[in-house]
Amino acid sequence: MKKADVLIAGVGGQGIILASEIIALSAMKEGLDVKKAEVHGMSQRGGSVVSTLRYGEKVFSPLIKSGTADILLGFEKLEAYRTAQAVKPDGVIIVNDQEIYPITVASGKAKYPQNLDQLLAQTGRKVIKIDAYNIAKELGEVRAVNVVILGALASQLDLSRESWLSAIKERVPKKAVEVNLKAFQKGWEVGEKQV
Amino acid sequence: MQKVLLSGNEAVARGAYEAGVGVATAYPGTPSTEILQAVADNYPDIYCEWSVNEKVAVEVAIGASFGGVRSLSAMKHVGLNVAADPFFSLAYIGSATGGMVIVSADDPSMHSSQNEQDNRNYGRHAKVPVLEPADSQEAKDFTVWAIKISERFDTPVILRLTTRISHSKSVVELGKPLKPNKATYEKDVNRRMILPAIARKMRIKVEERLKKLTEWGEDCPLNIMEIRDKKAGVITCGVTYQHVREVAPELSTLKLGMVYPIPPKLVRKFTDLVKELYIVEELDPFIEMELNHMGIFPKKGKDVVPVLYELNPERVEAALKGEPDPISPPMPPDIPNRPPVLCPGCPHTGVFYNLHRMKARVTGDIGCYTLGALPPLSAMDTCVCMGASLGNALGLEKALGEEFNKNLFAIIGDSTFIHSGITGLVNCIYNKGNTNLIILDNRATAMTGHQPNPATGVTLKGETTHELDLAELARACGASYVAEVDPYDLAETRKALEEASESEGVSVVISKRPCALIVRDEWKPALRVDVKACNGCRLCLQVGCPAISMKEKIAVIDQVLCTGCGVCAQVCPEEAILEKAVI
Repeated sequence: MKKADVLIAGVGGQGIILASEIIALSAMKEGLDVKKAEVHGMSQRGGSVVSTLRYGEKVFSPLIKSGTADILLGFEKLEAYRTAQAVKPDGVIIVNDQEIYPITVASGKAKYPQNLDQLLAQTGRKVIKIDAYNIAKELGEVRAVNVVILGALASQLDLSRESWLSAIKERVPKKAVEVNLKAFQKGWEVGEKQV
Repeated sequence: MQKVLLSGNEAVARGAYEAGVGVATAYPGTPSTEILQAVADNYPDIYCEWSVNEKVAVEVAIGASFGGVRSLSAMKHVGLNVAADPFFSLAYIGSATGGMVIVSADDPSMHSSQNEQDNRNYGRHAKVPVLEPADSQEAKDFTVWAIKISERFDTPVILRLTTRISHSKSVVELGKPLKPNKATYEKDVNRRMILPAIARKMRIKVEERLKKLTEWGEDCPLNIMEIRDKKAGVITCGVTYQHVREVAPELSTLKLGMVYPIPPKLVRKFTDLVKELYIVEELDPFIEMELNHMGIFPKKGKDVVPVLYELNPERVEAALKGEPDPISPPMPPDIPNRPPVLCPGCPHTGVFYNLHRMKARVTGDIGCYTLGALPPLSAMDTCVCMGASLGNALGLEKALGEEFNKNLFAIIGDSTFIHSGITGLVNCIYNKGNTNLIILDNRATAMTGHQPNPATGVTLKGETTHELDLAELARACGASYVAEVDPYDLAETRKALEEASESEGVSVVISKRPCALIVRDEWKPALRVDVKACNGCRLCLQVGCPAISMKEKIAVIDQVLCTGCGVCAQVCPEEAILEKAVI
């Protein structure tokens, strides 16, 4: 039976909710039980955000026990590292190669770690790095960043390609379907290469 | 039937539709906001409104029930404090003519709230039933049940959600709608006039009703007993049931879908079947105290299950195993925090920057602008509850004298002012205060997702309506100085704040500028730093804009984040922050 526990970490406003919607929909298309959890409100104003998504034959808690997630989707490098230990030791971390400085760094109170690639590698989890912004930019649609990252995730999960494609078609604006399908494909290729 | 993925909030809206609800009201508040939004978006036959506050929301819903129409009123946990007055009267009056559900969305762990409040306690306090769903399917089904119970037992019903129900999505099988009631009105003072002589009779009804509800709970379909391993059984409710099933799938469970009143026979049946009894519940020992009252004491309860913050699978597992509470998950040490911030281009920034420069004392209020308390702006001293800023300022003035008042400001958002600040303003004037009030009018209830309010002149349904003029209102209340300023203009704003503090009587400064997130198409091109002119003095960082940072001792403006508001340019002594075209 297909199952996975997915964590998504990033910064409020990065479009994490749409990404987790598409994953949930893809799993539903395969007749699986799905639960996802997120928080709204104050913490979304540029703060750290973690969203969970679980699918399988039967899902109870919408939350994932720390240290047991199969895969982490890091929309931002520092947030990926902050959440890394919630992933099981042999799990996968997909990290978008983007740095967003928190206000504590921008105001000079703290330093943004310069060796995040190394720190992520030291966690022992398999790390897949993806430059989603530039991939989306090359496709001429920077708003497709999320779907590029989803492509990389899809290459690591057990859901069928058809489910993903039809979920994307349902959830992105009509005129952006084509570019998003391309974005998904590009992301998939990056993820697949690193298997 | 069709299966769809819904959040708990969306499922409640669907439940309202299936239950034949005709009137739905709310004031926005995380985590409850999307309930009414979903009603407005999907069910055009239901009359729905953003009420000015939760008290009014419940009163409107009561009116609908008087007219034979089923109604729903939704709010966050603290909203029920505001609505407590009509709610407690309603508990006596009842709702036989039109079922009424009060949705209370609690926020354990205070993801977006000022306190952690277990509103199951309101059920016991007001002697009304409390239903608590454990996923979106139940959120929908229990909404329908709430309406049925409400009419059958002549009582309002609390549907208690928590953040992890409201904002989690799960699969929901849709149902068929019930037939709505026929709208009709019959005068019935013995039911609806809560005068002492009548209330004394109603008081008896309340106790009798509670007995009947307890009896009904013994074999109602909402309370579900699942016998697995008989070595131990857990009594639980809400999302906590899911955590228990996750980490201890072998244990027997009694899930109380109706968590108040608790049926004693059913509980005894369960405790007789299992060798050891555990009670696992989030926040207060609510079930546990009820059981203690029945003479039942669990082997494991709040002695091991933490009373603070929301539960999750690892905390429940640790509690059951007797291990230390993993209260926060493991995190790498020494990495910078990422607290929430005022957005780039936020109009509140200009006001807070000025208050910070003036070294003002500021009594604050509830909304996005509460973030003005954080460094580098650090321009708020207090935050108590919705509308508290005015009363707090007057109290400080009366305690410390008029001299202290000179540099003291109360600050409140447009929506919060209308919610419960107007009475505070009237009070300041009536009691001869010299209070200085700033209303941050950003044309929206921004924190909860930019809902319209009376000052924006638009309803929940998107219809235009009378636009409340805050300046005229302030004058009508008796404010002696009223000014409207553009917060992007730092000098103009500073001038008004100084005039306000110098003038006699109550002064009101209205900072007027739409939230940057609702006028994205009006953003100007991003500003840039002239690297030759920048001397690295870091003054621009005092604005607290997330788009500005320092790189190699020179200020840098993020070209994606910057909205071109120009506040930082007014701060720069070297005039180094310029429009792109100039450099």
